[in-house]
Amino acid sequence: MSRSDWEVVIGLEVHAQLNTASKIFSGASTAFGAEANRQASAVDIALPGVLPVLNRGAVERAIRFGLAIGAEVAEKSVFARKNYFYPDLPKGYQISQMDLPVVVGGEITIRVGEGEAAYEKTVRLTRAHLEEDAGKSLHEDFHGMTGIDLNRAGTPLLEIVSEPDMRSAAEAVAYARTLHALVRWIDICDGNMQEGSFRCDANVSVRKKGATEFGTRREIKNLNSFRFLQQAIDFEVQWQIDTLEDGGRIQQATVLFDPDTGETRMMRSKEDAHDYRYFPDPDLLPLMISPDWKARVQAAMPELPVAMKARFMDDWGLSAYDATTLTASKEVADFYQATVSAAGTALAAQLPKLCANWVMGDLAARLNKAELDITDSPVSPAQLAGLVARIADNTISNAIGKKVFEALWNGEGATADEVIDKQGLRQVTDSGAIEAMIDEVLAANQKSVDEFRAGKDKAFNALVGQVMKASKGKASPAQVNELLRKKLGS
Amino acid sequence: MINASLPELRRALDTRQLSAVELASLFLDRIDAHNPGLNAFITVDRDGALAAARAADERIAAGTAGALTGIPLAHKDVFCTEGVLTTCGSKMLGNFVSPYDAHVVSLLKAAGAVCLGKANMDEFAMGSSNENSAFGAVKNPWNTARVPGGSSGGSAAAVAARLVPVATGTDTGGSVRQPAAFCGITGIKPSYGLVSRYGMIAYASSLDQAGAFGASAEDCALLLSAMTGFDERDSTSLERPTEDYAAALAAPAAAKPLEGLRIGLPREFFAEGMADDVRAAIETALDQYRALGATTVEVSLPNAKLAIPAYYVIAPAECSSNLSRFDGVRYGHRAADYGDLADMYSKSRAEGFGAEVKRRILVGTYVLSHGYYDAYYLQAQRLRRLIAQDFQAALQHCDVIAGPTTPTTAWALGEKSDDPVQMYLSDIYTIAVNLAGLPGLSHPAGFGADGLPVGLQLIGDYFAEARLLQAAHRFQQATDWHARRPAGTA
Repeated sequence: MSRSDWEVVIGLEVHAQLNTASKIFSGASTAFGAEANRQASAVDIALPGVLPVLNRGAVERAIRFGLAIGAEVAEKSVFARKNYFYPDLPKGYQISQMDLPVVVGGEITIRVGEGEAAYEKTVRLTRAHLEEDAGKSLHEDFHGMTGIDLNRAGTPLLEIVSEPDMRSAAEAVAYARTLHALVRWIDICDGNMQEGSFRCDANVSVRKKGATEFGTRREIKNLNSFRFLQQAIDFEVQWQIDTLEDGGRIQQATVLFDPDTGETRMMRSKEDAHDYRYFPDPDLLPLMISPDWKARVQAAMPELPVAMKARFMDDWGLSAYDATTLTASKEVADFYQATVSAAGTALAAQLPKLCANWVMGDLAARLNKAELDITDSPVSPAQLAGLVARIADNTISNAIGKKVFEALWNGEGATADEVIDKQGLRQVTDSGAIEAMIDEVLAANQKSVDEFRAGKDKAFNALVGQVMKASKGKASPAQVNELLRKKLGS
Repeated sequence: MINASLPELRRALDTRQLSAVELASLFLDRIDAHNPGLNAFITVDRDGALAAARAADERIAAGTAGALTGIPLAHKDVFCTEGVLTTCGSKMLGNFVSPYDAHVVSLLKAAGAVCLGKANMDEFAMGSSNENSAFGAVKNPWNTARVPGGSSGGSAAAVAARLVPVATGTDTGGSVRQPAAFCGITGIKPSYGLVSRYGMIAYASSLDQAGAFGASAEDCALLLSAMTGFDERDSTSLERPTEDYAAALAAPAAAKPLEGLRIGLPREFFAEGMADDVRAAIETALDQYRALGATTVEVSLPNAKLAIPAYYVIAPAECSSNLSRFDGVRYGHRAADYGDLADMYSKSRAEGFGAEVKRRILVGTYVLSHGYYDAYYLQAQRLRRLIAQDFQAALQHCDVIAGPTTPTTAWALGEKSDDPVQMYLSDIYTIAVNLAGLPGLSHPAGFGADGLPVGLQLIGDYFAEARLLQAAHRFQQATDWHARRPAGTA
């Protein structure tokens, strides 16, 4: 049998850290990177007698998420205690939600693959629930002992659980990326994966193509990059297929991915699984979300990527590809929209398209090369808009535009106009001046003229190039073309 | 002075008959004299008390004293007190000095009350005899071979022996009312949610409620008035205006001051199980109530007999989780020698907890376990609702419910130590009140055959504390059971 005889089934559980200023049940700060245990309050370290108080900001973010994915935001949800002992779990239980989560259902549309092979797919969500994070156990630097840092204890998390709807690592990664973009888009999570703000657990199983029952799954824990997610699933799938094809059986288990070896290894089997003894937390009342609260959150909701993409296509005539690319992240979409709005559409109807080309083309390439995020772009949307406007009104050519862009990037002028003026890049439109340049070029390049007359079209392009060079790029290529043909009498 | 009521002490302080320092010293000296025989205190804070008394004297001099300024009291050692040992009666917290004050403690500090020390108690408030304290049993001041009741046995014994005029306690299944009855004093457990649980070391969160001990209903009213009030740090704290219970006691003298009060007598409380001497005392007290103008009517609490089984599922379930934080990692007892992490946990907890606490943790862990949760925990919650409904139905026919607080008078030390079920059954009349979240009060109602006090319990509807205190106060104005003092500590 081969790999193609098997179908892969993947469901993802994502822990998104909610970007509240304080913790979910205490007033301590959630800022990352403080000295160990400096952001752990009496509640976070679970002193005797302390009690949790729910942070409504965390609830509001959960509501925002539920509304963004078209899920049911539960009118009543219940916090439950998940009981287990671990040194970085101060209370000996984690406050989470079990039977009645705050968000039920919903779906997310993902785009998988590139170019012609790309396809769209809708992934259903099971639920999303609020819970608190644990602290950290530090096993290094303590000479055989374990250090405990409780700064992270009590940080609000939204655990987002998908249905087992994904059929490849690529789909899983596309889902994770889309979800990652969405939680940042609606500003509920900073998405910083290095700092653990967005962590994925992947439930992976395989089954024979055509089978109706799911295979036994293994859960890969704590994948904190898309690359690891891809690698871990790839390895796990191959391991499961190999195991089954060798006549083995898959045991339900929790596994860890080792980025150094690229392998998954068993952490605990189902038999070792904890009995978490969930029960409703008597310290917290059921969480009630009124229709009014939901309406207020809805009213403050930013335009979602799906709606924005449709608007880019309908109002500004962008292609589906361009609209998808520009709405892949909030930052890019914000930059693009700011560019278009600074440029205005009065000048030319195709300005939004021109802006899109610049944002997705030169700007993206330059940012990529400099390893910068678009939010750190040295060229602002207003500057880019000024540049695009000068191209649209034929003040400069597209080629000169690249020069102006580079100058703006390097801070050699505050606006495109300033760069154009200072460096004398204004397009030459005086046909007399261009004709004079053409005459000079023709005189100096008799060989090319002869070749052209002999029927070599390439020679014409060489002559255009020479004229453009003589104009220092400032002539309009179209105008040069036209005048040159006239001169050559063709 | 040691037998004076709070209003009398107030007058003495306000008229400079004696200073708060003198008053505190008077009671501190009584503690020195009698505590070795009673073991009512775990910690006596002489320095802290005298400092607080000096501050109280300044307030009195400045004319800014409140009702409790300069009044000595004791806190049950379940309340966290900043800078003072807070053991909860357990070896587990034998070294725990709280870095913060419980809400109740800070309210009473702000009122100017002078805390003399921390009262002994059953470990983690689990027990009905105060024999479960890691700091030794408390003796009943009426007969030191008898138990004082529990779990707030130290508070009750201290007030009965006049080692302190008033004391705080907590009541999860009768832990204020039962020791009040055994020690011949008045104790009130208010409605669930009236007093903040913040800083009160949790036993069973959905049942725990702070309460007040005093020689009389009037003293209890003064203390309770200062303990109540919404606290945003306790999510189960109720947002309602505070009441002045002492002011509610004032009424013009009348021949029949309880005219119109309908007292419900639950058939089930007067059936079998009540000792003859208790029955006789209760009947006499009820005659007195009728003589004061009250009428009595038989009511029924058909599910009351299910209160003990329901309680001994719910309370252990919550305690098994609440006590998980005592793991020897961050504070409290840690075993001196241990191997791995699991060994550290099990040794620390095995050494730190006493037998009854371990028994309840085991029971609670069991009833929350996978496969048992529905049969035990959910079933118990159903019973709890039925019991609460019973009370509501009964209260349709009466204003307050009355009956014995306990089936017998105080038993001998050691008598029930080996039979936990017998011990549990002694709380038959008090436990249902906690399950329903209602207020309950116990006041002295005479003496049993062995010369030990008998308590009468009054149960009211939610927030009927004023009505209970009023009824008890009228009874006490007409009788002198509450004024009797044990001979041994006279």
